[in-house]
Amino acid sequence: MATTGHTIKAFDEELDALRANICEMGGLAEAAIREAMQALVRRDAAAAAEVVERDRRIDALEAEIERQAVQIIALRAPMADDLREVVAALKIAGVVERIGDYAKNIAKRVPALQDSNIRPVSLLPEMARIAGEMVHNVLDAFVARDAAKAEAVCERDSAVDDFYNSIFRSLLTHMMENPHNITPSTHLLFVAKNLERIGDHATNVAEMVYFAATGQHLADRAKGADTTGIVPGDIEVGDGS
Amino acid sequence: MNDLTHNERAERAPTEWKSAEMQRRIRKRYGAERRFRLVGLAAILLSAGFLAFLIVSMLLNGARGFTSTEIRVDLTPAQTASIAAGDYEGALAGDARILSNAAWPRLRDSGIRAGPVWLPAADAIDVAAKSPGAEEAERTYARLAEQGRVRTGLNRAFLTGSDATDPTVVGIWGAFKGSLLTMIVTLLLAFPVGVLAALYLEEYAPRNRWTDLIEVSINNLAAVPSIIFGLLGLAIFLNFMHLPRSAPLVGGITLALMTMPVIVIAGRNAIKSVPPSIRDAALGIGASRIQVVFHHVLPLALPGILTGTIIGMARALGETAPLLMIGMRAFIAAPPGGIEDPATVLPVQIFLWSDEVSRGFVEKTSAAIIVLLVFLLAMNGLAIYLRNRFEQRW
Amino acid sequence: MDTETLNPMADLKMTEPGTADLKMTARGVSVFYGDKQAIDDVSIDVSREHVTAFIGPSGCGKSTFLRCLNRMNDTIPSARVTGEIALDGEDIYSPSMDVVELRARVGMVFQKPNPFPKSIYENVAYGPRIHGLATGKAEMDRIVERSLKRAGLWEEVKERLDESGTALSGGQQQRLCIARAIAVDPEVILMDEPCSALDPIATAKIEELIHELRGRYAIVIVTHNMQQAARVSQRTAFFHLGSLVEYGETTEIFTNPRMTRTKDYITGRYG
Repeated sequence: MATTGHTIKAFDEELDALRANICEMGGLAEAAIREAMQALVRRDAAAAAEVVERDRRIDALEAEIERQAVQIIALRAPMADDLREVVAALKIAGVVERIGDYAKNIAKRVPALQDSNIRPVSLLPEMARIAGEMVHNVLDAFVARDAAKAEAVCERDSAVDDFYNSIFRSLLTHMMENPHNITPSTHLLFVAKNLERIGDHATNVAEMVYFAATGQHLADRAKGADTTGIVPGDIEVGDGS
Repeated sequence: MNDLTHNERAERAPTEWKSAEMQRRIRKRYGAERRFRLVGLAAILLSAGFLAFLIVSMLLNGARGFTSTEIRVDLTPAQTASIAAGDYEGALAGDARILSNAAWPRLRDSGIRAGPVWLPAADAIDVAAKSPGAEEAERTYARLAEQGRVRTGLNRAFLTGSDATDPTVVGIWGAFKGSLLTMIVTLLLAFPVGVLAALYLEEYAPRNRWTDLIEVSINNLAAVPSIIFGLLGLAIFLNFMHLPRSAPLVGGITLALMTMPVIVIAGRNAIKSVPPSIRDAALGIGASRIQVVFHHVLPLALPGILTGTIIGMARALGETAPLLMIGMRAFIAAPPGGIEDPATVLPVQIFLWSDEVSRGFVEKTSAAIIVLLVFLLAMNGLAIYLRNRFEQRW
Repeated sequence: MDTETLNPMADLKMTEPGTADLKMTARGVSVFYGDKQAIDDVSIDVSREHVTAFIGPSGCGKSTFLRCLNRMNDTIPSARVTGEIALDGEDIYSPSMDVVELRARVGMVFQKPNPFPKSIYENVAYGPRIHGLATGKAEMDRIVERSLKRAGLWEEVKERLDESGTALSGGQQQRLCIARAIAVDPEVILMDEPCSALDPIATAKIEELIHELRGRYAIVIVTHNMQQAARVSQRTAFFHLGSLVEYGETTEIFTNPRMTRTKDYITGRYG
């Protein structure tokens, strides 16, 4: 965090407003993930409809952040870390908007799953919790300009990926057991995929935050192994290669 | 950034610019400005009035000095023969009394022939012609006027002749030439030395106690009474160095000593006022110090230097006391040939004539003053013309 | 990220003074005005390929240091310079270096345009004349035309070379001063806030001119306008309280400076 404020106080205020909007957007996205998952578990179609509705607020915030960032660049000529922060805010807004869209997609699948009685849903709330935490932490890191915190978020993505791999295998098994399970399982698969994408987007944001804070790019991190490319007949337990 | 607290900012009421108190102050201010302008105007009018009075009285008195009265004498052949033989007095008989002493040289120079010839009138007749004179002279003049034998015209001799005892033939040229030679010597000595001294003091001299001392000394020199310089000239140039007495050379050197401090002071101010940006620009392009001084500083300082020179030379032209001390007060009947011949200067000449008894010298004195003023104006005009030519805006 | 003790020039390779790349080098330069120290131990390289910008707050010594490079500080009696400054490997403060020659090889353009109160032709011709660079009127005409063309002023004044230099507009006067500096064929051109007194259009013309002159002359520009330094230079040096805080590629300095003081200054947090 910068030790002193800008000589021109209005510049500080504008940057603070920008950060506040990012935080709000992140909070809304995090809440959307949480509530979509809750609606899924409880089979609550009304709650799911609300999540879909509130996604509009996230979209509006993205437009607002874009407008603010352009204004700061035009009028304040930000330099060095200020410039990196504003450019990062612009990109982060886009990514958080997509995270919000993924949460919306999860909520949209709730009505389709209402009649089914599907079992292996226990891992999904945990996966959603981690993904939501990642979003929360990475935006905290942005506001605090904390590169270390951003790096930590990147490392948690492997947990999300591992969850995804096991959910994928178990849903596949479930589908093979009973053809009636295919439709709900497919929906759940998509839900899991959306959560995995949310985790990846959160790491993208972490890379942007790292660059904004330090001016250097995060070295390529070790990604969690994605075993989904393996043909169904050869499912083995163990780490893929 | 703003140090005032909110309360402090709120408590100050807006200024009442239209209140009676404010109006009174505004009126007082306008009144003060008006009074100041009137005082200034009065000062100018007073000075102008004095100047006008001086000029008008000089012109009125001196105009007549430029004219002279001539009397027509009809020479018979007998008179011509007599004069040619050498008997001037006898030939002209009674007329010799009413003619001036210069009549005989004039007649001789223009050729002794029979017939009417205009010869300069005696001093008394001349006075009678121009203003009320002695009774007898007035009567003679009246008689001559009746006969049509008298006329008053331009006195060319005044401008071409030298000092004489007879006011009708006295001329200003001797003193004029003496002043001219003296001024030339003064200028040739004071100007280069003064300008170079000013350049050195401003551009090269280090700033220490010695240069401060020199600066104070020069400033004081400019205020020293001029007669001290006369004593200096007497003691050193005449008694010690045995330079020719009463010559424009000595007078010029003495006046140069007096004028130089003025030029140095004016020169220093003019050089100081050259903006340092010009110096920086010249130095930045690789000009040496001498090149900066002579190519850039001096041309820009020249108007100021010339102004100082005008002031100094004008003062020198009008100086009487020091020149009296070194002997330029003698009666010099011929104009000086060179700077080592004895001469006199215009102010001294004026002083000498004003002492004379003869009434004819009164108008000659005023005429000489007019000549001096014209000389001064011409000198100043030349310097102003030069200054304007060199003046460059920056 | 606080690296206050880092050598400000650690990033750039410090080549030996006198190599073809470097035009001027300064090592351990300090400047004192009487007892007051204005510059403290500054070392920096100036290359012909780059425009080098000196930035910093008022009174940080950037102009003072610039004036050391062509020994203009010699004109101030109380100034004392220690350290070594070399032009093409030769120490400019050594007794064998002629100051007049130095100032012809290292030209200077000042903050307020200061053309001589002479004609435009004379302004440009003065330098070559006093250094004896032209052998006749024809050659002098060529030098004047070439300098005015390089300064981007020829088209505007070619019909009126006899007019006074001071009758031009501010931007034209500054370009005339640049032409005057170019006329003596310098190797380095020092510019002390050349655009401070000019309007934005004249400023842009001068910046474009600097861009064109790059490569032919080593250019050092002092500016208090950071955006100008960012636009015009390839290397930027940040001065603060008489020290060189950071010196590096302009892009780096303005997007990711290493020193906190540099960052505070360019982001507007200084003071």
